[in-house]
Amino acid sequence: MMAEELARTHDETEPGAPAAELGKPESSLPDAVGMPLLRIEGVVKAFGGVRAVDGVSLDIRAGEFLALLGPSGCGKTTLLRMLAGFETPDEGRMLLNGRDIAQVLPHERPVNMMFQNYALFPHLSVRDNIAFGLKRAGLSRAEIKDRVAEMVALVKLKGLEKRRPDQLSGGQRQRVALARSLARCPQLLLLDEPLAALDKKLRESTQAELMEVQRRLGMTFIIVTHDQDEAMTVADRIGVMNAGRLAQLATPRQLYEAPRSRWIAEFVGDINVFEGKIEARETSRLTVATRDAGTLAVVEPRDAIGKANVAVAIRPEKLKLSRQGPAVDVASAHAVNRLEGVISDVSYLGGTTSYKVKLDSGAVVRASMSNTTRLDVDAYGLGQRVVVWFTPDDCVMLDQ
Amino acid sequence: MSARAIFTRPARLAAIVPYLWMVLFFLVPFGFVMKISLSQTAIAQPPYTPAFDLTAGLAAIGDALAALSLDNFRLLISDDLYLLSYLRSLFVAVVSTGILLLIGYPIAYGMARLPRRWQGIAMMLVIVPFWTSFLIRIYAWINILQHDGLLNRVLLALHLVSQPVVWLSTESAMYLGIIYSYLPFMILPLYATLAKMDRALEEAAADLGASPFKVFWLVTFPLSLPGVAAGVLLCFIPIVGEFVIPDLLAGSNALMIGQTLWLEFFTNKDWPVASAAAVFLLVLLLIPLLVYDRLQRRQFEEVK
Repeated sequence: MMAEELARTHDETEPGAPAAELGKPESSLPDAVGMPLLRIEGVVKAFGGVRAVDGVSLDIRAGEFLALLGPSGCGKTTLLRMLAGFETPDEGRMLLNGRDIAQVLPHERPVNMMFQNYALFPHLSVRDNIAFGLKRAGLSRAEIKDRVAEMVALVKLKGLEKRRPDQLSGGQRQRVALARSLARCPQLLLLDEPLAALDKKLRESTQAELMEVQRRLGMTFIIVTHDQDEAMTVADRIGVMNAGRLAQLATPRQLYEAPRSRWIAEFVGDINVFEGKIEARETSRLTVATRDAGTLAVVEPRDAIGKANVAVAIRPEKLKLSRQGPAVDVASAHAVNRLEGVISDVSYLGGTTSYKVKLDSGAVVRASMSNTTRLDVDAYGLGQRVVVWFTPDDCVMLDQ
Repeated sequence: MSARAIFTRPARLAAIVPYLWMVLFFLVPFGFVMKISLSQTAIAQPPYTPAFDLTAGLAAIGDALAALSLDNFRLLISDDLYLLSYLRSLFVAVVSTGILLLIGYPIAYGMARLPRRWQGIAMMLVIVPFWTSFLIRIYAWINILQHDGLLNRVLLALHLVSQPVVWLSTESAMYLGIIYSYLPFMILPLYATLAKMDRALEEAAADLGASPFKVFWLVTFPLSLPGVAAGVLLCFIPIVGEFVIPDLLAGSNALMIGQTLWLEFFTNKDWPVASAAAVFLLVLLLIPLLVYDRLQRRQFEEVK
């Protein structure tokens, strides 16, 4: 069921053919009309002269699941804490439904947060933890009771209402934290590394539950994470942050297949990069002379590259290995890039096998192949000579 | 010998040390006091009878045991001098501890909210009075509070009073001395509890719509209760038995039990009655400790 859900969400959020999506301008959403739910404009926050968040602007529409991804210290948590009201921006505006909330105190914002270590009140029961925000909202006793019951059912905690947080497992605590932050029906739910404390299996099932809850309630979620698999799994769009700036805001596919910079290409997933110089420009095709991989044919990027010095990047799974090169149809426009080398390392990872190939130029490239059959008599071994080939379409051209 | 036994033997020895300490330096002396409290006063050295003479043989020891009586405890109950002393001690301790909590909590809270590097300095400032002897500090207060002391001179110089005010030997002076002396004992446990509290809990409460006051009242304060209990016990118990501060700073019209004890022991040379008063005081002070212990145990069981 989980796998089906995953597949469906991605279908919904990535309509149309992948190629069409990659061609679209970034960060405009299929159905973005009118005012976004949240508009962040040029927000800056400095701590002791260091700009933790340095001029971030982005729009989030209602019902969206956005992930802020980045290495530690990139400013993603500071940005989230500014949205919650725990930090005040030095510059910029944060418009929630058109109202600037930058200076509004945390307890007066229609925004709730799920904390990294859950921050459950240790002296209160599960029920009282969930009811805490409802009581502050001045709801009647009966309304609170109904709402708590609803939340308990939503996160599947029936029967544990009277327990204290320290009588719960990590997964159960995570659910209480989610229920507590959802109880007030916030316009925006902020999640600060909500799954970091869970083990891998539990984290994966919880990701699916988070997505289901988000879709069912139609709420807007912003999640901060340093785990790119998590960001790609749960989010409609991912904002990659680096050194306080928003490096790219795009769908998971755009981010992976069309990274805007070399830093993003290398931060998200694995990638082989060949530095070189543009030698010739034909229609929609560039020829790049690289130091390590000879002359490569690359499809022309949508955003024209001004400089002659470029980097040609290609994901490991897009490199094909074979004993002999593919039959090259010279007449065809689809020329193929061919490299030759020797297998220098093999890592069997279950679903895929990762190879390192030492090219004749001395450079090492990584290639990964799906293990589509159980018995693979043809698997490549150490020291074996192979041809590495890939098409111009599979390359991404980036600034050096 | 199994590996387990080898590893646990030193651990067991280490666990015995505090018990041994308690037996040697608390239980044995307490046994002496207990025994004296059951004896009769006498003009002798030591000033009570019967005195055990271990060389006199079993029969003599038996006679001595038979001579023990509860007369001194009867006296404690019948003479309201003692009862009033106990009540006054409890009253002074309750009022002082209340004021200490009211003053100490905001200070500890403020300290815990300071930037990390300032917290160590604040902590030093709280502890620094201990560098000077307790007695010297109390004598310093006498100096400040006396007729021509610093306080009166300052007040006169500022024309706030036209003639010196009597500060010394008043109730206020005694409370001032107690609060001044015990404040660190209230602040330190409170600070320790507040400093280690997860600030995210307060943020979570604010995030869920609690105003700053509600955040404090519903989250910070309940979670600091272990520190409050520790601070209250640390102050309340010694204040009940306090002798020096009331003796030096308070008037002589009402005595705390520590003063009564001292009087019986040194002035009246009535060791048995003094001992009985001390034993009764100890029993009295066990009550808050037992309550605290019960509360903690209940909390622990709830967790389980």
